[in-house]
Amino acid sequence: MEEKGSVLGKSVKRVDAHDKVCGITKYTDDLCGKSLVARVLHSTIAHGRVLSIDCSEAEKIPGVVKIVTCFDAPKNYFPTAGHPWSTDPAHQDVADRLMLNEHVRLYGDDVAAVVAEDEVAAAQALRAIHVEYEEYPFVLDVQKAMEDGAPQLHEAFPNNILKHTSIRNGNYEEACKEPGLIKVEGWYDTPTVQHCHIENFICYAEMDKGRIVVTASTQIPHIVRRVVGQALGIPWGKVRVIKPYIGGGFGNKQDVLYEPLCAWLCTLVGGRRVKLDCTREETFVCNRVRHAIRGHIISWVRPDGTYAARKLELFSNQGAYASHGHSIAAKGMGAFPQMYPCPNVDADSYTVFTNRPAAGAMRGYGIPQAMFLFESHTDDVAKAIGMSPLEFRQKNLMPVGFTDAFSKNVLYTDSYNQCIDKARVYMDYDRKYKEYAQQEGPIRRGIGLAAFWYNTAVWPISLESSSCRMVLNQDGSVQVQVGETEIGQGADTTFTQMTADTLGIPLENVHVISCQDTDVTPFGTGAYASRQTYVAGFSIHQTALLLKERILDYAHELTRMPTAILDIVDGMIVRKTDLQVQMSLEELAMEALYSLSHSEHLTAESTYQIKSNAYSFGCTIAEVEVDIPACRATLLNVINVHDCGRLINPALAEAQVHGGMSMGIGYGLSEQLLFDEKTGRPLNNNLLDYKLSTFMDHPHLEAEFVENYEPTSVYGTKALGEPPVCSVAPAIRNAILQATGVAVNELPLNPHNLFRRFHEEGLV
Amino acid sequence: MADKQYKLVTCTINGVRRQTMVDVRASLTDMLRNDYQLTSVKKGCEVGECGACNVIIDGECYNSCIYLAVWAEGKNIRTLESLMGPSGELSDIQQAFIDETAVQCGFCTPGFIMSAVEILESGKEYSRDELRKLLSGHLCRCTGYENILNAVEKTMKKRLAMNHEV
Repeated sequence: MEEKGSVLGKSVKRVDAHDKVCGITKYTDDLCGKSLVARVLHSTIAHGRVLSIDCSEAEKIPGVVKIVTCFDAPKNYFPTAGHPWSTDPAHQDVADRLMLNEHVRLYGDDVAAVVAEDEVAAAQALRAIHVEYEEYPFVLDVQKAMEDGAPQLHEAFPNNILKHTSIRNGNYEEACKEPGLIKVEGWYDTPTVQHCHIENFICYAEMDKGRIVVTASTQIPHIVRRVVGQALGIPWGKVRVIKPYIGGGFGNKQDVLYEPLCAWLCTLVGGRRVKLDCTREETFVCNRVRHAIRGHIISWVRPDGTYAARKLELFSNQGAYASHGHSIAAKGMGAFPQMYPCPNVDADSYTVFTNRPAAGAMRGYGIPQAMFLFESHTDDVAKAIGMSPLEFRQKNLMPVGFTDAFSKNVLYTDSYNQCIDKARVYMDYDRKYKEYAQQEGPIRRGIGLAAFWYNTAVWPISLESSSCRMVLNQDGSVQVQVGETEIGQGADTTFTQMTADTLGIPLENVHVISCQDTDVTPFGTGAYASRQTYVAGFSIHQTALLLKERILDYAHELTRMPTAILDIVDGMIVRKTDLQVQMSLEELAMEALYSLSHSEHLTAESTYQIKSNAYSFGCTIAEVEVDIPACRATLLNVINVHDCGRLINPALAEAQVHGGMSMGIGYGLSEQLLFDEKTGRPLNNNLLDYKLSTFMDHPHLEAEFVENYEPTSVYGTKALGEPPVCSVAPAIRNAILQATGVAVNELPLNPHNLFRRFHEEGLV
Repeated sequence: MADKQYKLVTCTINGVRRQTMVDVRASLTDMLRNDYQLTSVKKGCEVGECGACNVIIDGECYNSCIYLAVWAEGKNIRTLESLMGPSGELSDIQQAFIDETAVQCGFCTPGFIMSAVEILESGKEYSRDELRKLLSGHLCRCTGYENILNAVEKTMKKRLAMNHEV
């Protein structure tokens, strides 16, 4: 637990902030220097087969070095999901990717690539390549794609169903026959959205002594190494991946994107450095997007507000390639029987290929979609039985002591109610809820509540392991390396605080090496599942204790004091019995390195395998004003409250919540990637037409916390990276419901969707 | 043919007179990054939507990605690199971005700070809503803009108070 004077729980400044405000932080493009330029030619049909590609004109363009087509690409099918390798072949990710495709499955699929001396020559060459296609029918809608006779994307998946999984708890069919039950049923729909990190995906590759070195803007360098090896059919040790600072990721870069293609192109030009820098338009379509999930929920409720039986169907739009696949829908479905426990649950989730961009990981991993469905429905149920949304939640939310049989997760504290209560106070919820109950006229206000379910990390579905290395320098400072990556969230800063705390040295003497290099960074699977502080905490703690033991052993040699009474406090070797300083860590380190009788480089390295994870819960309350004739909802006030355990750095935690809330507001009110129904062409894959939240689009973002020390964590902490985005959209939707009485079940809650529903309900 | 595509551009960059041959099709972003290694100028969209490449030209902010390098002839250009003191001392607005936790991935940060500089150098006092509007040419996906607004507002108030005392 926290000790007096601990650096944990303090809002220390980000370790990387100074360099970032000076513009000297190096991102991938800043490191690249002179290079050849690679560009990808994308299909201009949504589904079909490439019959021929004529590169003869393109090859004549001065500066063009190499052109390759789908007919040249190696036929090594590879997966792209940023999941740990599974030693069980049945549990491995679907390997459905080639670097370039003859069978194109989305408008924007990769059919050829150009390497040129500069951007201009590469762009001219792309325009001069002529592709002849045989066109197939295409399908964009998830349920239409499941119909018999629908266009088939992948031979191995009949009816385009990548996977279907179910939950059967109790007996739904029998339970819903109980007399006196009220049936509440709804369909809810979420759109395709994109991560929109400000740095587009970029990588460059070059060869060094027969190995390929790929520098990439990625969250998952060790996984990229493995997949580049798989795609090129070369031993994984022949690939080295370097991950510098990255300009945001949010899950898009938890996928292997163009690293294999770039690496392969490099091998075709004699190992010269080749850079592949996506445009914003490509980032929207040719990277990954969030799964659009449609859901159908039936709840059978007793008049007293308890659930008798519940049924869920989820249809998750996978797009053209498997990427993270069914994991997203499965995670969303997994929350259903847990968040509002009910003895009789039938749930089915389907992940279905369509001719849209491939969907992968995005902040929240299925939970923002699931929460829009579930929490919208929760308000619909409360309304149907005449109970307030707050009281209905208080009655049904997961109780303290709830244990999930699969993950062994336990709800140790009353996080939900504590978070909701804090949000109620800030928003003056109870008074406003009453005040807004009866309104007339064109401008109305409403207040909405939504909670969210989230669990940290991926155990027991996948491997959870973290490795750490610490190296003592002459001046008593240490280098720290872990496989968990800094992607903007502030991981390096919290790792610095943890190391300083456990080792007993000042913060400024901890140097976390941010740039990851698969040749030297300990193995780790990277940034995802809001796992960084939780999983790295175990290996940092273990490794710091190991290094401390080695330091104190050496101190024992120098001081003749037993190690049992020695400690390191603020960078000093201290005798615990009388707190007398024996020497500084610097003096010890100098002696250890340069001693003529016993020289030793004091280092420590260890792996900790994590076989637990932790629930991380919270809520949003949103207050909106709805202009009914304009069909416009304006967010007036919003708060998120989280229980993510003990805060390692409160200021960074708060900032993380702001960012998630902003993404949640965009998801709720404005963001959607649109496609032309006639051609499958993306319509708004740019930052002008895709309505990402701007400075003008939200009010003050209030972020608060309930700090219940997480008992399974070595530092008392758990997930925060993704949770802030999860409950914002349904809270806004529920506020609009309170204001207008109209349930709008399709995101985003923009004027188009509000008009349709207001018109149906006779408001406009 | 090839010669016609290049032109000598002379301008002042961060207080120093500089000269280089540029491709007439190159953007100012390209020139600043590739010819002068001013890598604080970031590329997020290259069509003037995100604000990551924002620099100050003759006292006014521009997205340098949609400003041709040849237009820089005779101009006075300032990038984030110009803000530090002679021994690397941070300016007040840079320090405020650190103190207010307004930095996350850092990719949009240089562009935001240069817009903040334009706002601060105007010497005017703006409301929070006005500041939102003035900064709305920049996109950020990490921060929700909240702490950026705090950093700019606090620095503005501090500078105004100092001017007032003087």
